[in-house]
Amino acid sequence: MNRFDYIQPKSVKEAVAAASTPGSAYLAAGTNLLDLMKIGVSSPARIIDITRLPGLDEISWLPDGGVRIGALVRNSDLAYDARFARTFPSVAEALLSGASAQLRNAATVSGNLMQRTRCAYFQDLASACNRREPGSGCDARGGENRLNAVLGWSEHCIATHPSDCCVPLVALDAVVEVEGPNGAREIALDALHALPGTTPERETALHPGELILAVRLPAQATVYASHARYLKLRERTSYAFALVSAAVALEVSAGTIRSARIALGGIAAKPWRAREAETSLENVAPTPEAFAKAAELALLDARPSGDNAYKITLARNIVARALALAHDGTPKDMPALPASPFSATLGASHAG
Amino acid sequence: MSLSVSITINGEVHAIDLDDPRVTLLDLLRERLALTGAKKGCDRGQCGACTVLVDGRRINSCLMLAISLDGSAVTTIEGLADGDALHPVQAAFIEHDGFQCGFCTPGQIMSAVGLIAEGHAGDDPERIRELMSGNLCRCGAYKGITEAVIDAQQAQKSGKRRDVA
Repeated sequence: MNRFDYIQPKSVKEAVAAASTPGSAYLAAGTNLLDLMKIGVSSPARIIDITRLPGLDEISWLPDGGVRIGALVRNSDLAYDARFARTFPSVAEALLSGASAQLRNAATVSGNLMQRTRCAYFQDLASACNRREPGSGCDARGGENRLNAVLGWSEHCIATHPSDCCVPLVALDAVVEVEGPNGAREIALDALHALPGTTPERETALHPGELILAVRLPAQATVYASHARYLKLRERTSYAFALVSAAVALEVSAGTIRSARIALGGIAAKPWRAREAETSLENVAPTPEAFAKAAELALLDARPSGDNAYKITLARNIVARALALAHDGTPKDMPALPASPFSATLGASHAG
Repeated sequence: MSLSVSITINGEVHAIDLDDPRVTLLDLLRERLALTGAKKGCDRGQCGACTVLVDGRRINSCLMLAISLDGSAVTTIEGLADGDALHPVQAAFIEHDGFQCGFCTPGQIMSAVGLIAEGHAGDDPERIRELMSGNLCRCGAYKGITEAVIDAQQAQKSGKRRDVA
């Protein structure tokens, strides 16, 4: 790890001012940043520790029924907040399917948004990686790439975004509140993470020095509370990143789907919203055929970036499965193995 | 900029001068305070051998900078027993053979103490295994570990509770 200057600002204003110096990085829980610093992938000259900033660790309910999640709310605190889990169950399930209990106790919501890809070539300094070192090439493209992207990738980068909780957040139209050197602004979470194109080093829409203050979920997203799931396929049942995952939500009345939300994880450099698939489910009966068609549409543009064509089939299947389970109803209790298709309680206990 | 912090460790306040902001909580405990119970397995938050409680919550001490913990309270495996009287989780690990080589054991035990305090697992072995998945055991003592957690939780409920978390 490189030596760095450590700064603990007292206010958001101080933090933003401090981070405007090139070479600065914000530190929240550090569960990803410190790891990357240890292996030399990240080497900031100045660490701006935001963990003591006041007022950023609160879950606030808005008058219209939406919720504002402070940037420093810990993953476990959000997932186990009873009202939050009841109102946005797929987000709670995604949070509890990620990492380990220790990491969830530390990791923050804003840190989750800002975490970097786990592409092995990004983490290996001996490999070429356009994301880590622009212009150096992409060794993943011709390498061991069965975990890499099948949607939205380019010849310059085939990395995936590793977050679980961002997937339902994107499905539910989350908005990110940001403060920066030029003032405050809001960004749709769907527009926060960038696809690689020719500039994979530009990972997010944030400008230098900008700080995430909160993530908001709109009141409209609460209509899905009784039919929402997050399902995740991984190489072991717990404590592993997604091979593919799907967050789905249905608004059902009188035996007909009124609206649907679908997003996929583990398959692109950003949480992947499948809007055409969502539209295909509007005002149709919730049949296996309709779910299969939606899954087909969600993966229509997918193509392997290497030895990973299997992910397209897996993703299609997990979307259809998640839709069927969401239609069955949000489980009354959090499954023992959150988001796992192998959980014994899967779909067994339905909310009314 | 001052690099001195005050951290309460196992009930004792330590005023610590850090000459380097890179020192993790794990390195502070092991290298500077001679508290070598927490182990450095992977040093990347993947194995759980360094698990301790910070302000009552189990975390990976290898991924936390000591400099950021001013005013915090840390509990390590060294702070669990009451003299010669073992903490119920320690006693249960012995009773159920919850270890073989012992390297991961301090982390397993601290994680179990945190899990019981969190109160989300009940007596469901599947939930306990899921919530202990951040602690790897290369000897494969998982069966005994799961039984020990269930047993210790029941022991704490039935009055022998000593809640350090």
